[in-house]
Amino acid sequence: MDTKLKTEMVPELFEYAHPSGKKIDEYKMTVRNLNFYYGRHQALCDISIDIEEYKVTALIGPSGCGKSTFLRTLNRMNDTIPNTKMEGELKLDGVDIYREIKDVSVLRRRVGMVFQKPNPLPKSIFENVAYGLRVNGIKNKSLIAEAVENALRRAFLWEEVKDKLYYSASMLSGGQQQRLCIARALAVKPEVILMDEPASALDPLSTAKIEDLVGELKKNYSIVIVTHNMQQAGRISDYTAFFYEGRMVEFGLTKAIFTNPTMKKTEDYITGRFG
Amino acid sequence: MRISENEIKSTDNISELQYDFKPKSRGTIPKFLTLSATLIVIAILFVILLNIIIGGAGTISWDFLTEPPLNGMEAGGIFPAIFGTAALVILMVLLVIPVGVLSAIYLQEYTNPDSKITRIIRVSINNLAGVPSIVFGLFGLGFFIGFIGTGIDKVLLNSDKPIWGQPAIIWAAATLALLTLPVVIISTEEALRSIPRELKEASYALGATKLQTIRRVLLPQALPGILTGGILAVSRGAGEVAPIMFTGVAYYLPYLPSKLNDQFMEMGYHIYVMATQSPDVEKTKPILYGTVLVLLILTFLLNFTAVLIRSKMRRKRVEI
Repeated sequence: MDTKLKTEMVPELFEYAHPSGKKIDEYKMTVRNLNFYYGRHQALCDISIDIEEYKVTALIGPSGCGKSTFLRTLNRMNDTIPNTKMEGELKLDGVDIYREIKDVSVLRRRVGMVFQKPNPLPKSIFENVAYGLRVNGIKNKSLIAEAVENALRRAFLWEEVKDKLYYSASMLSGGQQQRLCIARALAVKPEVILMDEPASALDPLSTAKIEDLVGELKKNYSIVIVTHNMQQAGRISDYTAFFYEGRMVEFGLTKAIFTNPTMKKTEDYITGRFG
Repeated sequence: MRISENEIKSTDNISELQYDFKPKSRGTIPKFLTLSATLIVIAILFVILLNIIIGGAGTISWDFLTEPPLNGMEAGGIFPAIFGTAALVILMVLLVIPVGVLSAIYLQEYTNPDSKITRIIRVSINNLAGVPSIVFGLFGLGFFIGFIGTGIDKVLLNSDKPIWGQPAIIWAAATLALLTLPVVIISTEEALRSIPRELKEASYALGATKLQTIRRVLLPQALPGILTGGILAVSRGAGEVAPIMFTGVAYYLPYLPSKLNDQFMEMGYHIYVMATQSPDVEKTKPILYGTVLVLLILTFLLNFTAVLIRSKMRRKRVEI
């Protein structure tokens, strides 16, 4: 094999540059030199990346490479885990989310999140979607009802649940629950939506629906999605970042990453040589 | 990493070792030992229950439950004792649930539950559960009556006569609350701990604050656990005599307690009094049996409710 030759050709470290070539203040979110620690263990090392508005950015990499940890730094979800430490600069619309945004709940409203396993609250379908509105101080009942319907429509769930809004959310199928979780996130008008392997616990049909939904959502939202499924990343994302052992090995247009990766590690992972 | 070909090849060279397996004994002796121990426990329980039921069933009647003791407790009923027990327990619950639930929330949600300090606090709470109840009684006498009650009288009311600084139902309830606090804290903590992380994160991710998450997601989910803790506290508290002996219970009262600083009669203490202080034990025996039976039924019912709620909670818990 010509693997040896290839290793000699590629650079040791990937020089990050966003392929869109925009200026730094034109991105929705910018991350510079991010380090993250669980106690003494460094989980993320010197990550720099930009999230472009109205695009889907996919994070791929083997288990334990730090892609979920990275995703959770974007809405400060890691704050809830004790003994963690974060260094670096993370901005949303030019505002540092760790130093300048004092109220983390405002950040989380603007940067919504969908989790790996569907996690509806133990409440009715309606109340699940209304929850985000209620905790953010909206009391007007007709407004809430309208917003709930709106969000459920956007998540393509309205037709399936409109007659059972007051049933417990746990009676929905896994795929429906996940779309409910997306609707719930949409109801608080986020600007960025983080998705942590949103389809990994679902069957192929539900997965296809979620993928279609992501395609629709990117018209109005900036999306960052972690996925184990490389075909999925190829289908739905505009940009792809490859993470390995806490570092971002490569970042580029999804097409470029999948057809012509510059880094040996990326190629090995995409072709299934490890992982 | 994929399994390399070298690794696969190396497994070809593993040779088969020879060893004989020993036949097992049939395990008759362990079975016999465990069975007989169990039978002894069941037998003792049956003897106790049967004795109480036979002795007490004849005494229990509507009059027995609704009338005060008469003729120096040789006749009449136990209504003041039932009433006092109920009032005592209700007061105790009102004190123990808020304090217990708030402490559990603090330990689970506001501190790192695995940190050293939290663990030390938790060990202390468990040790509190192991303190003999008579110690609680003396503590209640010294702290609630001697310090707080007398303090209220002297500083706030400027009174020489003891108003709060004397044995009273509120101090007895406070002492019992202290005794049952570990039960409530532990069961609430357990209920909070069993709530999946994902639910909390769902709430936080929608912009809810910690307080909102606790109020709207965690407490409703933990409610069955809190109720179980409350009921277990009640069934423990309802049977305790030692903690209330110095802090508020009365031998006999011609009236029912109507104020927080009144004394009261209580079933457990009533049993103790009739068994030890009665001039004619033979005459009070049926009443004694009856009272024991009523107390037993009460605590059994409470425990049974706790079990029911707990099993219902297990079935209803949200699966994630």
